Amino acid sequence: MAKFKKKKKGGSGAINTASLPDIVFMLLFFFMVSTTMKEVEMKVITRLPEATELSRLERKSLVTYIYVGVPMRQYQRSHGTEPRIQLNDQFATPEDIQSFIAQEREAMREHERPLMTVSIKADYDCPMGIITDIKQALRRAQALRINYSARQGDDLAYNF
Amino acid sequence: MAKRDIQEVNAGSMADIAFLLLIFFLMTTTMDTDTGLTRMLPPPVLDDQEPPPPIRERNVFEVLINAQNQLLVERQPMALSQLRDAAKEFIENPLNLDHLPAKEMVDVPFFGTVPVTTNAVISLQNDRGTQYQMYLAVQNELQAAYTELRDEISRRQFNRPYRDLTSDEQAAVRQIYPQRISEAEPRNFGGRN
Repeated sequence: MAKFKKKKKGGSGAINTASLPDIVFMLLFFFMVSTTMKEVEMKVITRLPEATELSRLERKSLVTYIYVGVPMRQYQRSHGTEPRIQLNDQFATPEDIQSFIAQEREAMREHERPLMTVSIKADYDCPMGIITDIKQALRRAQALRINYSARQGDDLAYNF
Repeated sequence: MAKRDIQEVNAGSMADIAFLLLIFFLMTTTMDTDTGLTRMLPPPVLDDQEPPPPIRERNVFEVLINAQNQLLVERQPMALSQLRDAAKEFIENPLNLDHLPAKEMVDVPFFGTVPVTTNAVISLQNDRGTQYQMYLAVQNELQAAYTELRDEISRRQFNRPYRDLTSDEQAAVRQIYPQRISEAEPRNFGGRN
């Protein structure tokens, strides 16, 4: 009983997969270009506030980040539970900002330095005191373009 | 001369390698684009600098936020939901009222000579205890007031929203509604630190 017929010799041949690598490479390049590696290890908790009138930060190479928030659980023993500033991988005080900005600016190309933007990624529940300190330090450091990082929210979020 | 057969390189594993890399980048990628409210800080005040001349009261829209996240707008308590309309009325001064900013006739390209509230300033002051979300919400509402006004006039003049205008047209609209949100020097008034 020949339930399984032998394939005829003249059947359609194997599908040509020569273009598969091309397609995969195309996807690969897309992800390589669009990806941003996490550069710093977060030591503070930043739950971003919500806003509606957002603009996009265009060029990542011009942006310097300042993180503000309550230290993560494993750091609370050594750094307390009050909101703290994180610059790069370290906890910092507002006095450190000026030298940090100078250092970041030094690392930039010269013609890009005036376009430097500082993005403040702060937890929504922070008191404004620490933010004000940061802003004053940034003014002294002549880093005047700032960006309050926020995520898209809906209008109904405002029930103050 | 004997013709040599050119050996074909087996490229079947290329797809595997590419897939491997692809999956790696898929895993490590974070697609979140950074968004936020962009602001310019005022340059630092030098000690020997003369204080700026006082601004007439009708030209200032004073917004205060206290440590309990309550708003005081032009000395009146206000809910956040009303702030946008109040700010719009202040910036535009549609009825030419005396307590709202004075208008000046300004030549603007595309528009001709139009009345503009040239000296209007929104002054924002907050307490050290104000919650960051509240501060940002107020900034957001003020920004929205400007955005709405610019959109309205763009639609009237060009039949397009502000963001679809050319850069020249945007500059003209910005000349009519310049965004001036000033943040006062920090002061600690009332409440916890």
